[in-house]
Amino acid sequence: MSITVPAPDPALAVGLDVPLTVLDLDGTRLPNELLDPHLTDIDESALTNLYVDMVRVRRLDTEAFALTRQGHLVLWPPLLGQEAAQVGPARALGEQDWVFGSYREHGFALLRGADMSEFARIWKAYAHSGWDPQEIRMAPSQIIIGAQTLHGVGYAMAAKMDGSDDVALTTFGDGATSEGDVSEALVWASTFQAPVVFLCQNNQYAISEPVALQSGVPLALRPTGFGIPSMRVDGNDVLAMHAAARIAFDRARSGGGPTFIEAVTYRRGPHTTTDDPKRYRDRAEEEAWIAKDPLDRVERALERMGANMEAVRAEAKIRADQLAKEFRAACEHAEPPLADAIFDQVYAQPTRRLERQRLEHQAFVNSIEATA
Amino acid sequence: MTETLTLAKAINAALADSLSGDDRVLLMGEDIGKLGGVFRVTDGLQDTFGPQRVIDAPLAESAIIGTAIGMSYRGFRVVAEIQFDGFIYPAFDQIVAQVAKLRYRSQGRVTMPLTIRVPFGGAIGSVEHHSESPESYFAHTAGLRVVTASTPQEAYSTLRAAIQSDDPVLFFEPKSKYYTKGEVDRTIVRDLETANIVASGRDVTIAAYGPTVETALRAAIAAADEGIEIEVIDLRSISPLDVDTVVESVRRTGRLIVAHEAPNESSVSSELVASVAERAFQHLEAAPERVTGYDTPYPPSAVEHDYLPSIDRLLDAVDRTLGRRNSRTGLDYSSVTTVGAAR
Ligand SMILES: Cc1ncc(C[n+]2csc(CCOP(=O)(O)OP(=O)(O)O)c2C)c(N)n1
Repeated sequence: MSITVPAPDPALAVGLDVPLTVLDLDGTRLPNELLDPHLTDIDESALTNLYVDMVRVRRLDTEAFALTRQGHLVLWPPLLGQEAAQVGPARALGEQDWVFGSYREHGFALLRGADMSEFARIWKAYAHSGWDPQEIRMAPSQIIIGAQTLHGVGYAMAAKMDGSDDVALTTFGDGATSEGDVSEALVWASTFQAPVVFLCQNNQYAISEPVALQSGVPLALRPTGFGIPSMRVDGNDVLAMHAAARIAFDRARSGGGPTFIEAVTYRRGPHTTTDDPKRYRDRAEEEAWIAKDPLDRVERALERMGANMEAVRAEAKIRADQLAKEFRAACEHAEPPLADAIFDQVYAQPTRRLERQRLEHQAFVNSIEATA
Repeated sequence: MTETLTLAKAINAALADSLSGDDRVLLMGEDIGKLGGVFRVTDGLQDTFGPQRVIDAPLAESAIIGTAIGMSYRGFRVVAEIQFDGFIYPAFDQIVAQVAKLRYRSQGRVTMPLTIRVPFGGAIGSVEHHSESPESYFAHTAGLRVVTASTPQEAYSTLRAAIQSDDPVLFFEPKSKYYTKGEVDRTIVRDLETANIVASGRDVTIAAYGPTVETALRAAIAAADEGIEIEVIDLRSISPLDVDTVVESVRRTGRLIVAHEAPNESSVSSELVASVAERAFQHLEAAPERVTGYDTPYPPSAVEHDYLPSIDRLLDAVDRTLGRRNSRTGLDYSSVTTVGAAR
């Protein structure tokens, strides 16, 4: 007896063979039936803005990387190569929407408006969270792989219960798709038709493990089995990412339920500043992806549109340098937390037990100081 | 005004009153809607409050807690039900790494007013994974409150307080007591941190929680026949533990016994005995005793009564701490008493 598995509905799994692209490597605008209607307002100035955003995100990344090497930050997970995969969707979000991401979402944090002096504190190991989640509508960065996808679904369910048209975006890596929480999140999103968008940044590696170890099928195929429509998008094409995110957010906002976007991209740097990618991938592969650089492509597209690239580059550089300066200053001037803060905010209603430990700790510190 | 309710009905009443008192409260769990829960604790609530507020969940424990976290970000107060103690482990990460830490990680800017209801404990003659006492895993985690109840009144008052609390609370319900009846006054909402002296006495202190409170009270009645006065403390809160109340009691009695169903090692009794030793060592007349489950997996329920703390095991411990002859077995404990005089 044989079991026949139905082929995935082509309408639900777009771009499985070739990821959706609208900007060719040489900056040519490729027509795309699905995405084009969502890009009609993207003129030269809108594309310039996306370009400047990407330059700023990249600059933040390179500056932070350097600051780590110089001992100002304890760790940094670089996003070099993933700028378009973050900037495109981040600029499609509404102000009221929420982001539930992992630890590599510096682009989202920056564009949601995280205060750089607070943001720096995470990677100096001065604080667990580098922004006010309620203020910028982005949950604290998440290190437990995949856990945040459930939070995004729950938030979306709550937004729907409230009768609002807010949506949640949850973003995670290719490795995360193997975690049980991500599968549970897909089940719940589908069951409750939650207005949530799943953004998988497939940067090809989970630390050293290639995506092929996580999945024998394109990641975008997985959600279709949960009844969740999916798009496989060129993650180095900021316009394709922007349009795909708009489609997904529109669907969610208008009651269409969840959508999954697989951004096919590449992490060009190491996993974090402690990692050595030479052990698990070769130079030729890295170079092939450098040729698909998300910023170069937009520069060429802007040139084709007749933009004054010298002016655009100069403007972007000023803004990026400004950001880098601000970030460096924040890193250099950040004050570590007071030791007493160890005891703060464990409970909404502090417990007697913990207050007692606080007093014991203070007494101990005072006694040491008195004898010093 | 009081009414007579079973412990299960008292919980149901607390849930109903919480749902009608605050429209941001909602319930989520497996089979809690149409069926009314496998113990019927949520009976009728979906009929009254609708499927939007009493949500039947897909079978995904991590998701029950993980999505409740997302709802908390938006100001909902979710009461999540884990169907049985033994099924909480798939949700462990979301509880200890997420729920417990979000306030701390965000420096107080994110609040997780989540209540997680867990029927716990044995003595119901069930199959495996249905009788466990996993409370210590959670008591060990900062940021969580872990509470239990021993009577219908306690269950009502504690659950109301848990749902009103801005801290995440694990509420362990003694499932073997679901059908015991008691008077409930719905105006009483208690704090989540204070133990309760449920019987006073001057000879021995027994600290218990959840299902073992009744066992301890029965032991106290039996001991009274022999002229021994036992003070019984219902700990109520497992984390934080109200060590102050226990220390006060031990100062009067000089003897401490802790009773719970969970295994002995690294348990609530380990913590309580250590804390009392730190703070009242000079008041102890005898080594503290622990009457607990053994350090085995929960046994097949055909033999669970050998595993669970019983009145006899408690009385045996009472005799040991008093250094007296066991009135049933005749064993003489006067030589094993370490400190203080035998009576
Ligand atoms: C639950 C859990 N397991 C393991 C780790 C250790 N770890 C940190 S990052 C990482 C790889 C994640 O890869 P992926 O999901 O593809 O995201 P990326 O780092 O590529 O953005 C691992 C295994 C972790 N943080 N959390």
